[in-house]
Amino acid sequence: MARAVSPRRKALTTAAAWFVALLIFFPVLWMILTSFKTEASAVASPPQLFTADWTTANYAEVWARSDYPRFFWNSVVISVGSTLLGLAIAIPAAWAMAFVPGKRTRDLLMWMLSTKMMPAVGVLIPMYLIFQWIGLYDTRIGLILALMLMNLPIIVWMLYTYFKEIPGEILEAARMDGASLLNEVIHVLTPMAVPGIASTMLLNIILAWNEAFWTITLTTTRAAPLSAFIASFSAPQGLFYAKLSAASTMAILPILILGWFSQKQLVRGLTFGAVK
Amino acid sequence: MSTQSTRSAGRLMVAPSVLLLFVWMIVPLAMTIYFSFRFYRLVSPDRTGWVGVTNYKWFLNSPDFWLAISNTLLLVLGVLVITVVLGVLIALLLDQPVKGQGPLRILVIAPFFVMPPVAASIWENLFMHPQNGLFAALSRGLGQDPILFLEHYPMASVIGIVSWEWLPFATLILLTAMQSLSSEQLEAAEMDGAPALARFRYIILPHLTRAITVVILIETIFLLGIFGEIFTTTQGGPGSASTTLPYMIYKQALVAKDIGRAAAGGIIAVILANIVAVFLMRGIGKNLDA
Repeated sequence: MARAVSPRRKALTTAAAWFVALLIFFPVLWMILTSFKTEASAVASPPQLFTADWTTANYAEVWARSDYPRFFWNSVVISVGSTLLGLAIAIPAAWAMAFVPGKRTRDLLMWMLSTKMMPAVGVLIPMYLIFQWIGLYDTRIGLILALMLMNLPIIVWMLYTYFKEIPGEILEAARMDGASLLNEVIHVLTPMAVPGIASTMLLNIILAWNEAFWTITLTTTRAAPLSAFIASFSAPQGLFYAKLSAASTMAILPILILGWFSQKQLVRGLTFGAVK
Repeated sequence: MSTQSTRSAGRLMVAPSVLLLFVWMIVPLAMTIYFSFRFYRLVSPDRTGWVGVTNYKWFLNSPDFWLAISNTLLLVLGVLVITVVLGVLIALLLDQPVKGQGPLRILVIAPFFVMPPVAASIWENLFMHPQNGLFAALSRGLGQDPILFLEHYPMASVIGIVSWEWLPFATLILLTAMQSLSSEQLEAAEMDGAPALARFRYIILPHLTRAITVVILIETIFLLGIFGEIFTTTQGGPGSASTTLPYMIYKQALVAKDIGRAAAGGIIAVILANIVAVFLMRGIGKNLDA
């Protein structure tokens, strides 16, 4: 039941909340607005919130640069690829941990999480050299592998917290009916687990899309995704604010939209089920 | 409930994940240890050999090292304090009966989805740039000289940018936790005449302890490895003013191309991270129900 609140107080808190929210959102808004300005009005002094000469030319121009679509496509392939590969490896593990827990399951889960705390720089040099030696440096396969391994503990954990909520009796019943382990997984568990798997997938695509250590250190140009592209944008390009904003807006828009859909799962996923 | 065969099947299913993570951890780590005791520069590939602890000595004696350590700590602690304190305040505000909860959450969470290089480059160019940035225009409007954020206050600027990225995460988690607090308890306290501050101190804050712990633990994992923001904005400079430990190692490895020294730095980073991890895992263990 909602508490009775005076309309005056509600109006005040609403105004305050919107002010704070817009303040937090403002850098993103400003970037989007700038992306529709001409280069001249983007750096006009005093700055203009709105300008008369709106243009979508920046988007067309950035997209027409022969390499932008490739960076974009690399981001898609790497984030989706590493997530799907990670799921394929993690789903059996999480399933076993949730339904056939052993004495060491908890320790194993904690150990997996602790590998996340290993600083990436600690293994940067070997990764860099190994990738050079076996020809994975600056390839999409290489990045898919690296990001999959980086996010594997999170994928296992998220799936585990979802799977644990599926009542085990259903599986017992299926087993009584003589279903084999494989059948059990395919016909009984999978349909019940789909929502959990979907949110795990969404969150990991976001994490992989936004990753900015391995994508920068293990690529040069061929396999570089948007994160590496934007990171090096300002240096050789000079300062083209409107185009930089257009490129940035395109880089974050898909994830912004995916992210808004997965808000609820985000809390649960990133806190490993501790806050729901 | 489990039979012998499901048990071994279970082990088989866990094995690939465990094996992969183990190899991903142990092979590079072993190689890093090996390189850290060797002379190994990519620019002079013919000269190699064991050098004992020379690389470690160089790293520990480098004036940049202690600066990098303190910068790393400053970054982690600074962002933690800012995001938790502001996160609690904003979550309190959003937890009030306000119009448009849904859209508000969408606006507040947005920065979390902005990839680090984009976040850094928006702030660097559109806001902090000394000629064309919005802050510079603001300063001029007030008749002041523009502040040279990245030149004069590089660490503070980086902390500001990273805090903006992580504030939504803290806010969202704290808000979620707050919404699970039963309103009856708060109403009862309100009717008994408990002032707002006391209600916050004795009811809301204790309820949030677990969520705050979790925010600190998770953020620390990610903050210790912050790289993209520094790479995009200050490149660790000016000089080494905003070099963190990860960035210093990166510079040794891929810019100076001195694999031996960088490896020594990597091992030092791993040891330090393990010390932090021991404390973190204790805290996490209590707060996660595995």
